[in-house]
Amino acid sequence: MSMKSSTRQVDGVTIVDLSGRITLGEGSVVLRDTVRDLLSKGQKKILLNLGDVNYIDSSGIGELVSAFTTAKNQGGELKLLNLTKKVHDLLQITKLYTVFDVKEDEAAAVKSFTK
Amino acid sequence: MSADRVSYTLDSTLETVNNAEETAGRMAAEAGFDEEEIMKISMAVREAAVNAVLHGNAYDPSKKVTLAFERTAHDLVIVIRDQGNGLDASKIPDPLAPDNLMKTSGRGIFLIRSFMDVVEIHPSQTGTELRMIKHVHGNPADSKEAPQ
Repeated sequence: MSMKSSTRQVDGVTIVDLSGRITLGEGSVVLRDTVRDLLSKGQKKILLNLGDVNYIDSSGIGELVSAFTTAKNQGGELKLLNLTKKVHDLLQITKLYTVFDVKEDEAAAVKSFTK
Repeated sequence: MSADRVSYTLDSTLETVNNAEETAGRMAAEAGFDEEEIMKISMAVREAAVNAVLHGNAYDPSKKVTLAFERTAHDLVIVIRDQGNGLDASKIPDPLAPDNLMKTSGRGIFLIRSFMDVVEIHPSQTGTELRMIKHVHGNPADSKEAPQ
């Protein structure tokens, strides 16, 4: 299954609802293009909702790192929401869990962005 | 002791990566692994296939990837070969090192080693052979990193 992406605005934060697989090829490209598009439009508070992402490979992990770094370098913030156990475990073993700002509650996550 | 062995010769394409992952998942299920172990095995094979297709064969249509599964009484043995220049595993940076943590690539071999019980990398001038073993009845005491 390929990846789907849709965006919505909540209190100045762009929530990106992702579903499917973030893997080498289409999934990684969708994530990359979505984040770059948001940043180019000045939407720099980005919350990636990974609740329906059931699989991610090393390429997908790389895209998450790239998205995080790109947002930060442009003065933005990118946070992760609703990690599945698989994605959570992958970020743990790659020591990236503490690098990303990971949230479990959407409302609290939205409030956590810099005003 | 009898052994079941099956091998595939595949093109250097993204489709091969997906096929390898799916086949590994099916073989792991047939070998009796649980859902979490199946995910680990199929992901290790996916990462190995990515290495073979991208870094080994560099998408060269004249070069092939071979993938073999052997099931013994105690192990699932998976061997994947490419026809590239040979991977020097000693030159792969540690993706957990602070300087490498935010790199966007370089985690494939690390994940393979994390998910499989034995991993051997055999580079040569005619390509790289990656041999991975998952114990069917996993005993942590059996787990070890093979010399490269």
